[in-house]
Amino acid sequence: MNAEAPAPRVIPDRIATGGWWRRWEVILLAVAVVIFIYNSFASPYFLNAYNLSDATFNFTEKAPIAFAMAFLIIAGEIDLSVASIIALSSTAMGAAATAGAGPAVLVVTGIAVGIAAGAFNGFVVTYFRIPSIVTTIGTMSLFRGISYVVLGDQVYRKYPPGFDYFGQGYVFWVFSFEFVLFLVLAVVFAVVLHLTTFGRRVYAIGNNPVAAQFSGVRVDRIRFLLFMLTGLMSGVASVLLTSRIASTRPTIATGFELEVVTMVVLGGVNILGGSGTIVGVVIAAFVMGLLTFGFGLFNVPGIVQSIFIGALLIGVIALPIVGGKIARRWRA
Amino acid sequence: MRLNRDALFGALVFVLIAVVGVIRPSFVWPQNLVGLFNDTAVLVMLALAQMTVILTKCIDLSVAANIALTGVLVSEANAAFPGVPVPLIMLLAAGIGLLLGAFNGAMVWLVGIPSIVVTLGTLSIYRGLAFVASGGTSIVGHQMSPAFISLPREELLGLPMMSWFAIVVIAIFAVALRGTRTGRAFYAAGGNPTAAVYTGIDVGRTQFVAFCVSGTVAGFCGYLWATRFSIANVDMANGFELDVIASCVIGGVSISGGIGTVAGAVLGAIFFGVVRNALPVVYISPFWQLAVSGGAILAAVIINSGREKRAGRLILKEAAAS
Repeated sequence: MNAEAPAPRVIPDRIATGGWWRRWEVILLAVAVVIFIYNSFASPYFLNAYNLSDATFNFTEKAPIAFAMAFLIIAGEIDLSVASIIALSSTAMGAAATAGAGPAVLVVTGIAVGIAAGAFNGFVVTYFRIPSIVTTIGTMSLFRGISYVVLGDQVYRKYPPGFDYFGQGYVFWVFSFEFVLFLVLAVVFAVVLHLTTFGRRVYAIGNNPVAAQFSGVRVDRIRFLLFMLTGLMSGVASVLLTSRIASTRPTIATGFELEVVTMVVLGGVNILGGSGTIVGVVIAAFVMGLLTFGFGLFNVPGIVQSIFIGALLIGVIALPIVGGKIARRWRA
Repeated sequence: MRLNRDALFGALVFVLIAVVGVIRPSFVWPQNLVGLFNDTAVLVMLALAQMTVILTKCIDLSVAANIALTGVLVSEANAAFPGVPVPLIMLLAAGIGLLLGAFNGAMVWLVGIPSIVVTLGTLSIYRGLAFVASGGTSIVGHQMSPAFISLPREELLGLPMMSWFAIVVIAIFAVALRGTRTGRAFYAAGGNPTAAVYTGIDVGRTQFVAFCVSGTVAGFCGYLWATRFSIANVDMANGFELDVIASCVIGGVSISGGIGTVAGAVLGAIFFGVVRNALPVVYISPFWQLAVSGGAILAAVIINSGREKRAGRLILKEAAAS
């Protein structure tokens, strides 16, 4: 145990008046720029509008979930079941498509299942007071389990014409529907988190739920809404992913939850709750996307890439802490 | 009161086995039950190790990746030097596991990163390294020495060595968690970190030790896993960390630290083993397995939640312990 005096408390989501170069988002942006420049020199195929456009698919499905997850983590909760919600929602869409539903019905089905699954998580967490990490480890098995029960070793791959637009369509030139949706959602989530009373309440709950309760914040209702929001975004991601790969197996989106959490934490959101910004998460999405794309250009297998993603996650958090400790010792 | 819960849960597991036995009598033949325990041995050991970590308010998501990396490394060591005696290989496995666990623990203790973030990172790193170490291929049975593969299967007093390993590990944990200073420190560090600090317990160091324990057991299980299926590759034990944590949760280990018993964790793991082995026996498609585990986890924690509420809730979670 070190006996240092606690650091003075700052409100981390406001633009700092001094020392902007030490802000997390700025460091992260620098990392992104370095990766971008390195990749453009290292590979002749990197600086190509079409290739870069393809690269955005690495994160445009995960990032919307990451935005909602950022809200949840800031509020001191977590949802590990998001990938399983994708599987469940995709299975529902597959079943509906097999029954002859059109694209519009499929989208509604996918999103509705996502919301319902999120609401279930929220209900268990707020009504039974079960820690969200335990609840969502349970529903992680349950939701994907239902998908296995329905599908077994089968595949849904009959999706109606027109449904492919969400995952494969382009709004104009190289800007895919997914990428445009990502940008729109980034703006919406940033506005809600940073400019509304709802956003302030989310921070309040994360910093001190008891104080928030006594200040008149309906803590449980907001928690419930946040789980529903995360379910909704998982449903949206499911529509995009299902539309892009045009098939549903129970193993769809396996491991997404870890990448989403990595994205959020890499974006500077405190895993213990109370601080973080959407801008950080957006930059983190780009960092991870650029990194994955760059590795792909050099034929680095995905599993080896995960070493670097993992090291990045630990490194970006550890380095400032270790650096700070060394600096303090040096000064003393 | 905790004993009471374990007894109730034990009775439930017993009833479950009995019900399956009524439907299919062959399920409760001693030989089958021994096989069931043997099948669950790895999960039992890992659940106990994971409980130690959870007791200190941490979580170790990297155990399955640890199994993969250690399993690949010791299998390669065995393939390269078939003459090295197997006990030495087992020591090597535990040693590699210890190193991997110690890295997690050091990050939590010395750098102060939350354990969920650290082990989320090392989960990717260790499994990635397993791919690099194996060169993307599998080390299969005929490359391993016969002694390497057969040791966990050799029988002693009618039980395979694999089961004996689990029994020894259960005994060590039962004694160590109850009767040693470090064992009690795990409970104290998670139950009330602030009070633990004032009692002179170094909470961070205790968490470090817990991660070392978890890593060592995982490494040892890496060897067992490789021999069990006579294959070692990057996909070993994929996703198994969740089964391990789920066993703890079902067994009544509180994720907020400080609460959990050896009996509970063991029963939680055995419950998993029973469900997994019973489904095909009663002609339920194995595809139900995941949904049933998920339902069981939720049911267990919802039943538990009533008890923990009565015990009074901690409001100031980590006030002074950092």
